[in-house]
Amino acid sequence: MNQISSDEVRHLALLCRVAMSDDDVEVMRGQMSDILGNISILNQVDTEGVEPTGHSVDLVSVMRDDEVQPSLGLEETLANAPTREGDFIRVRAVLE
Amino acid sequence: MDGSALPFLTIQEARSRLDSREISSVDLTKAVLGRIEQIEDSVKAFVSVNEELAIEQADLADKRIAAGNAAPLTGIPMQLKDNMATRGIATTCSSRMLEDYIPPYDATVTQKLYEQSAVLIGKGNLDEFAMGSSTENSAFFPTRNPWDLDRVPGGSSGGPAAAVAASECFYSLGSDTGGSIRQPASLCGVVGLKPTYGLVSRYGLVAFASSLDQIGPITKDVTDCALVLNAIAGYDPRDSTSLNAEIPDYTGSLGRDLSGLRIGVPTEYFVEGMEPGVEDATRKSIELLDRLGAETVEISLPHTSYALAVYYILAPSECSANLARYDGVKYGLSDRDAETMWDALEQTRGKGFGPEVKRRIMLGTYALSAGYYDAFYLKAQRVRTIIRREFEQAFESVDAIVSATSPTVAFELGAKTSDPVQMYLSDVLTLPANIAGIPGMSIPAGMSDGLPVGLQILGKALGEQTIFKIAHALEQATDWHTLRPSL
Repeated sequence: MNQISSDEVRHLALLCRVAMSDDDVEVMRGQMSDILGNISILNQVDTEGVEPTGHSVDLVSVMRDDEVQPSLGLEETLANAPTREGDFIRVRAVLE
Repeated sequence: MDGSALPFLTIQEARSRLDSREISSVDLTKAVLGRIEQIEDSVKAFVSVNEELAIEQADLADKRIAAGNAAPLTGIPMQLKDNMATRGIATTCSSRMLEDYIPPYDATVTQKLYEQSAVLIGKGNLDEFAMGSSTENSAFFPTRNPWDLDRVPGGSSGGPAAAVAASECFYSLGSDTGGSIRQPASLCGVVGLKPTYGLVSRYGLVAFASSLDQIGPITKDVTDCALVLNAIAGYDPRDSTSLNAEIPDYTGSLGRDLSGLRIGVPTEYFVEGMEPGVEDATRKSIELLDRLGAETVEISLPHTSYALAVYYILAPSECSANLARYDGVKYGLSDRDAETMWDALEQTRGKGFGPEVKRRIMLGTYALSAGYYDAFYLKAQRVRTIIRREFEQAFESVDAIVSATSPTVAFELGAKTSDPVQMYLSDVLTLPANIAGIPGMSIPAGMSDGLPVGLQILGKALGEQTIFKIAHALEQATDWHTLRPSL
C-alpha cells in the first residue's frame, strides 16, 4: 500500500499541476514511498467511534456585519498581475 | 552608552533608555543597521533590509516619544518573518514563486506593530513557505546559526531566531505550524512562543496549513516575549479562526514563585535519539523547577509517537489546497514560454516551487485523493482528536508540561537535506502542540558542546500566563538567556 509507482507520481503531478522531469518523478517516488511508509503507523491506532478534528479550537462561524467597507483600488489590485491589458488581467486562452 | 553596544539590549532595556531620552529611536535603529552591516554577510538572517524606511519610521517614533505617548514597542527595531504581509515591501516566503510579490496590504500583526510605531528593519529568511526545519529550504540562501556558522539555525523561522540571537533586531515574529518558532528558538538560544491557536490573527500570514499555523514572538528573554505578545494578541474579524478571548497583560504573570504549580514531565518526550547533552539540560531544568517550589510529576502521553504521522498527513493536505492559488495569473511567478494554459500552469509551479514544497503538495494531493481520503486524511483527523483529548486529560491534573524543545542541538548544514524523514524528526517534540492547538514556549535552558539547548513549556489552551510564570521563574534562576554568540 505504501509503495507508490512512477505512474502514480505522474498522475499526482498532473492533479496538482506541477511539471516534473522523469528524474524528478523517480526521486519523488522514492521519497514519497519512504514518507508514506512512516505514516502507515497510524493504522495501529484504534479510532473506532472517534470523531475527526478539523480545528483544535471550537469555533463558531464568524460573520461580520453586512456593511460596505473600503477595499483595494484597481491599480493596487492589478499591481502584481504578471500580464495586464487595460483594466484586466490578461490570461491565456482557456478554450482553443 | 557606546552605540555599538545598543543592539545587545533587550526590549525593556531599550525602552527605558528611549523613555529617558538617553537615546533616540534613530540612534537605536542606526546601531542595529550597523550591526547588520557588520555580521549579516555571515549570518544571512534577512531576505531584505530596508534602511531608508527604518530610519523614517524611527524618526516618526521619536516624535511620538517626544509627544509623550509612546507605546511599549514604540521606536524598537524589529524583523518580520518574510511570510507576513507588509504593504509596499516584498513578501517572498523565501520562494521563487513570490520573489517579486509586493503586498498591497499589511498583515494584522504588521498593522498592530505599526500602530505602536515599531520600526521594521527588514524581513526574515525562512524555509520556503515555512516548510522545513533548518532554513536550508529557502530558495535564496540558507541562514547560519550565530553560535556556529557551519550549523543550521533550525526552521522554518531560522531567519528570525538567528537575527534575534545575533542582535540584528530586538525581536522578530515567527510562524509555527509544527515547531517553526520553538525549534529555531531552541537551536539559537532565544525565547520563542507559539501561542494558542487563534490567539494571534493569521490575516496576512501566507497560508501553509491553516488549522495549525500560528504567529508568535521570538525574543531575547521572557519579559520581552510578554511585551510582544501583548502587542499582537487579540480578536480579528478578518481571521475566521480568530479567538474572541479576553487578552490579559502577559507581563502581569511574570513572577518568581512557583509553589502550588504541578508540572507534568511526559516520559514519551525523552525520545530515542535524544542527545545526552539535551537530556541532561532538560533533567536539570526539571530539578530546578522542583527547587523553585513547583511539583514536577511524571505523566504519560501515549499517542505522542503518532503525532509526526498525523502532522505529515494534515499539514501537506492543507498545504496542497492553500498553494493551489499560485497559478501565475493574479500575482507571483508566471511562465511565459509555455504553449497552452495548462502548460503554463505546470511550468509556473514546476519552476516556482522548490523540492520540499513540491513534496508536500504531492503528499497532500495523495492523501486527499479519491480512495485514500478515508485511509489517510480522515484517519489522521481522528488520531488528532485522540492526541488533543490526551492533552486535555493531562491538563486536568497538571498546570503545564515540560520537555526538551528539540531532541538535538543545532546540526551541520547539509546533514539532513537528503533525507526528509530525518529532517521531519527535528519537530517530533513540538508538533503535538500544533495538533492540539495549545501554546508552547521554548526558553534557553543550557548549553551542550557550546550550542544552546531549549526547554519547551506547554500549557493548556489560553494558558499562556502559566507558561510565562514558569518561564520567567526559570529565567530568573539561571543566566542562559544572557549568553550571546561571539560574533
